[in-house]
Amino acid sequence: MASPARLELTGITKRFPGVLANDNVGFSVKPGEIHALLGENGAGKSTLVKMIYGIMQPDAGEIRWDGQRISVPNPKVARKLGIGMVFQHFSLFEAMTVLENIALGMDAKIPARELESRILAVMGQYGLKLEPHRIVSTLSVGERQRIEIVRALLLNPKLLIMDEPTSVLTPQEVEQLFAVLRKLAEEGCSILYISHKLHEIKALCDTATILRGGQLVDTCDPAVETSRSMAEKMIGGSLKDISRVAGREFGATKLAVKALSLAADGPFGTALSDISFNVRAGEIFGVAGVAGNGQNALLLALSGEATNADPASVTVDGVAVGHMQARARRGHGMGSVPEERNGHAAVPIFTLADNAVLTARDRLGMVRAGLIDAKAARTYAGEVIEAFSVKATGPGAMAESLSGGNLQKYIMGREILQKPQVLIVSQPTWGVDAGAAAAIHQALVDLAATGSAIVVISQDLDELLSLCDTMAVINGGRLSRPMAVADAKIDEIGLLMGGIHGDVAHAH
Amino acid sequence: MSPDFIIAAIITVVGLSTPILLAGLGELVVEKSGVLNLGVEGMMLVGAISGFAVTVYTFNPWFGVLGAAAGGALASLIFAVLVLQLNSNQVATGLALTIFGTGISSLMGLSFTGRIVMPFTSVFPDVLAKHDYLRLIFGYSPLVYFALIMVPLTTWFLKSTRAGLILRAVGENDLSAHSIGYSVIKVRYAAIAFGGAMAGIGGCYFSMVITPMWAEKMTAGRGWIALALVVFAGWRTGRLFAGAYFFGILMALELYAKASGFSFLPSQFWAAMPYAMTVIALSFISSRGTAGANAPACLGKPFLPST
Repeated sequence: MASPARLELTGITKRFPGVLANDNVGFSVKPGEIHALLGENGAGKSTLVKMIYGIMQPDAGEIRWDGQRISVPNPKVARKLGIGMVFQHFSLFEAMTVLENIALGMDAKIPARELESRILAVMGQYGLKLEPHRIVSTLSVGERQRIEIVRALLLNPKLLIMDEPTSVLTPQEVEQLFAVLRKLAEEGCSILYISHKLHEIKALCDTATILRGGQLVDTCDPAVETSRSMAEKMIGGSLKDISRVAGREFGATKLAVKALSLAADGPFGTALSDISFNVRAGEIFGVAGVAGNGQNALLLALSGEATNADPASVTVDGVAVGHMQARARRGHGMGSVPEERNGHAAVPIFTLADNAVLTARDRLGMVRAGLIDAKAARTYAGEVIEAFSVKATGPGAMAESLSGGNLQKYIMGREILQKPQVLIVSQPTWGVDAGAAAAIHQALVDLAATGSAIVVISQDLDELLSLCDTMAVINGGRLSRPMAVADAKIDEIGLLMGGIHGDVAHAH
Repeated sequence: MSPDFIIAAIITVVGLSTPILLAGLGELVVEKSGVLNLGVEGMMLVGAISGFAVTVYTFNPWFGVLGAAAGGALASLIFAVLVLQLNSNQVATGLALTIFGTGISSLMGLSFTGRIVMPFTSVFPDVLAKHDYLRLIFGYSPLVYFALIMVPLTTWFLKSTRAGLILRAVGENDLSAHSIGYSVIKVRYAAIAFGGAMAGIGGCYFSMVITPMWAEKMTAGRGWIALALVVFAGWRTGRLFAGAYFFGILMALELYAKASGFSFLPSQFWAAMPYAMTVIALSFISSRGTAGANAPACLGKPFLPST
């Protein structure tokens, strides 16, 4: 036998009230191997790595480290063993400097000056650029991730766990990250890479372990598998393609946005400046961009939550609505779904029926003489639940009792079944599993086929490329020139997302 | 205005500023750890009676100060258990602590009413402490110098020590600090106890230095001024120091207006000024958008590590 595996798990089981999060999971990671942990939301990936990193304890099973059986009671012990972790949601302290943030992640007391020189050394070695004295709140998402990586690398880890590291990065940043990870692996560091992005796993990983519903489905070689075969293992069924009519023609302009500007909302908001685009009947228009570049402001300005002095800045079916509030815009055929489900798109402590009243009351006549027609609301909520296979006890279920994916399906359904002429959605499949995402995508395509104009704001480039007819990139509150998705080049989109403006986008 | 009047005025301001500076420094550390303890007034009263009682029995004001610190810290630990262990609402619990502290200090003080304790002897020789002019520098109670030393010490602790860094981290993002492996609860216990001890020492300044005797509710709302002071200072120790003396001037004007019938502005106006100044300072700072960055992000929120 060769040397023992760096990390070997056998029979790991973890139970939460009502859920078996991990059921007898076992796999091993060799030194220098980049090992993917693949699965949908809720498949148990995060729980599993939390046990490896000592945040949670397994109910049963054993963890072996370089052949030795170990227990990891807390993250400190994990770090001492040489396990580093970069979280999906960064555990950073916004109001503190890069240096302070890194110092907090170190168990040993190191004088600030020595720490700084070690940080600079690690950054030089792996080509990670960071300014140690910047306050974290002023940094981009990619830079924040670099802090986490540097923090982990300073401990000279033998195993680095990366939890969905690329969900917030531009394609160029992803490439830089992969270069760092490959260099680390060459030096013998094992990497456990959690993701559900299949092409990344194919590009980066040596082995992939697939989890579904807490159980290990398969351990395979991503180079041999296709993205499709891995996706099907992941969801445990065959994947449906979005079916759409080829060579569709678009109708007249439904939504016209002309020179739309909006002041920044608070010191951390992004101002919109001079945004113009048209969406025709039957067209799905995508807005790509890295988080925090004005997506929220754009949604607010389009939906009517933020109004504009110039009525002509937004027109729906030729009616200037720029000065109107959301309800008035809805009256002219607009619908919208914001990014945040709880507390923005839906009131968590309202029933699904009451939540239906919030946006559908005028169009579907749910209010008569100032009184809510409870029966009409329940009936409509029931239709949405039925049509979008929302898992809920019924129209009387509290919105907060639904899982994120189910609530998202309900909210999307609530808007789509109202057959809006123009629909604005932000992050339609954020945190939604692949099956539900496919259903939501299909519903959007079907709505477009009936002649509605749809705007999809998303950070998921794959989603936009597969769903949209036309797309543009938002960066720093400015929108690039729209391009047909059929001729879009991923490099070019990446550059736009990274803020490289000007003639690159429309060289032709 | 005669020099004597000016010297007397300055000594009054220093005396008024010291208790709120002590309590304010303690509360600043508590709030930096992400906990809002509105019980400062109650802890000050418990400190005032504890310090007084210990001094009565031991005849040593230094033991009295230790007693005041212990009394304040004990009172704060009741709050800490409720807020940290049982996740009760911090605002309601803090208010309850003030009501409780007011009551328990009155009860404890029943048998001490009318008694007098031995005051502190000056730490400096009489040549300096009783000198006509040098008493401006050397003529104060040791607690005044203690408060002044605590300002740079607290600054140094928060800015330059690892423990201070961890404390700020816990107040900034408790879940992250927890996931890195720091004990949020322990850090907050320590911070709350420190805040209680400092409020207790601030309270005993009333019963052991200013009067020196015990009277019910003798802190007269200074705990609330200390709370306002922390916000006024934007959670910065340097500004807290300046703010304490600024508030001290306002409080001196209030006393002066009361005592002399000074008709230019009524005493109530000056009594309201610290709060009005806090509101103005707060709206000024937040309109520039920098207060948000400096207020501890987890201030007042319960720590609920579930996932």
